[in-house]
Amino acid sequence: MWVEFSIIVAKTLIVLILVLNLAGIMGWVERKGSALIQDRIGANRASVLGFAGMGLVNTLIADPIKFLTKENFTPPYGDKFLHMLAPCLAFFPSLVTFAVIPFGDILVIGGREINLQLANINIGILYIFAIASLGVYGVVIGAWASNNKFSLLGGIRGSAQMISYEVAMGLSVMGILMVFGTLEPQAIVRAQGYLEWGWIPGWGILYQPLAFLLFFAAAVAESKRIPFDLPESESELVAGFHTEYSGGQFLMFFAGEFAEVITAAALITTLFFGGWQVPYLMREGFHFPGGGALLLPQVIVAALQVSAFLFKLVFFCWLFILIRWTLPRFRYDQVMRLGWKMLLPAALANLLGTAIWILAVGA
Amino acid sequence: MMVPVHYYLVLSALIFVIGVAGVIIRRNLIIILMSIELMLNAVNLTFIAFARAQGSMDGQVIVFFVMTIAAAEAVIGLAIIIALYRHRQTLDPEEMHLLKW
Amino acid sequence: MNVEVLGFFFLAALMVSFSLLVILVRNPVHSALALVAALFVMAILFLNLDAPMVAALQILVYAGAVMVLFLFVIMLLNPASVEPSLPVWRGVVCAACALLMLALIALLMSGPDQAEALHPSSVGAGFGSPEALGETLFNDFVLPFEIASVLLLVAIIGAVALARRVSE
Repeated sequence: MWVEFSIIVAKTLIVLILVLNLAGIMGWVERKGSALIQDRIGANRASVLGFAGMGLVNTLIADPIKFLTKENFTPPYGDKFLHMLAPCLAFFPSLVTFAVIPFGDILVIGGREINLQLANINIGILYIFAIASLGVYGVVIGAWASNNKFSLLGGIRGSAQMISYEVAMGLSVMGILMVFGTLEPQAIVRAQGYLEWGWIPGWGILYQPLAFLLFFAAAVAESKRIPFDLPESESELVAGFHTEYSGGQFLMFFAGEFAEVITAAALITTLFFGGWQVPYLMREGFHFPGGGALLLPQVIVAALQVSAFLFKLVFFCWLFILIRWTLPRFRYDQVMRLGWKMLLPAALANLLGTAIWILAVGA
Repeated sequence: MMVPVHYYLVLSALIFVIGVAGVIIRRNLIIILMSIELMLNAVNLTFIAFARAQGSMDGQVIVFFVMTIAAAEAVIGLAIIIALYRHRQTLDPEEMHLLKW
Repeated sequence: MNVEVLGFFFLAALMVSFSLLVILVRNPVHSALALVAALFVMAILFLNLDAPMVAALQILVYAGAVMVLFLFVIMLLNPASVEPSLPVWRGVVCAACALLMLALIALLMSGPDQAEALHPSSVGAGFGSPEALGETLFNDFVLPFEIASVLLLVAIIGAVALARRVSE
């Protein structure tokens, strides 16, 4: 009993450390990457003994120290309790959804098979959407408790945007759920190891390319990244719903946004790009379609699968950042029009088409 | 299932009574609507408890429909409250007495 | 007194305290947040009762959408107006009736439970799973399902018609 408990604790620590560190590193990539895109040198002001470390010292050492030692200011006429609660509500969903994302197949240690996934629940994807729908509260409460018109405007727009794109996100995933026939993420990833016609890996994007595009757009909108950036830097003058936050509370909003991006990237990887699947890699080793095989020890296989997952995750995080610094911001009515009049009908049409195809082909 | 079913039923009755008390003692239309949601949730708990006790999925399907209806009712109720507020500038149910004789 | 019963009492205590917060707090925003917490605890109770799909739907629909709508309306109307205080006799009558009803329930529950419905049967492994819910929903309850979708459409149209500003 204690062995299982310690395995769960170890997995939890690994996932938590992974997500939080990746959020920090994403901050660094954001600042230096945006500097490269905008043809400037960014984040080079802080250095330790003359060593600036390509902006790593600035972003990973100086910024957290700054955030954590700044004063947490509560606006005088706002609601103090809600003002303290809002960053926690914003940060909590993006961490908790990582509990069902599988980052590997199995790891065999001492004859015991460990499923490389924190929690194996049979409603996995539905759980993710349920928890993600709680992310609206951070925005709404943060905006309300600040007693600030700009915050309120940013918060109302942000929450309207988030609940609109939740619908499109859920419907676009329905196609994948119909194709794989299960709600459980580990089962979906394992099903993507199937080789179509003997040599094409049966990843989600092969069956549902339109759903991938819709889900990607909806995920960018859900995490309030540019081009759907209205809630945060609404007028570019004040910071939208987190105007009145400084110090550690702002860090929670900031890191919470990065954690949302990581969760969205993890979902895209799991549903559409095979999760931890390396093409032609089975549990015993590589089995190439031509007939050759390369047997590997189980630990190497597990390590390859985990690194494949991390590589795909980091690739999609980088893609989010690239899009952020390339595209201008949508206007509010354009955001609403895109969500309700373009993404939602396309998702419904995708669902209908998938249903007809499944009935016809019987796959 | 080690917890006896009637524990859940008593809890559900308790939540229902709290909801009814909310409707009676509060003079704010939105809080009254929230108390109605509490009552609906208490009924949901009863249905789920009986579904588990009898091993039948019908209770859970009924809860599915109750949730749908509750969502629709909350939407309409809030729309009515918005229209009433625009007209009477207050959310006090004691002020909505034009139909009384 | 095993772990499950203790867990149930803990959740029940949380549920009752959040519900009391809903009806007793002055500020409607605090009240709405207490209701969100109560709905969350209700979802956990559903999980205890082998209803994972309904629990996820509860969080997704109730706590994630309906309560956000409540918060929107509270913020839109901004009832900064002070709610008139309660006449004392009302509170007393309400509390008396509540206690009476609870006493009645406790009396009914304390007798020997002859009802067959109160003896929990053992359920299969797939009870409460999406597959089981879908099977029952689409085989036995198709007509209510279709009517519910029409009802939702009517509700949407009705809400838009009621809440829009009629231009003069």
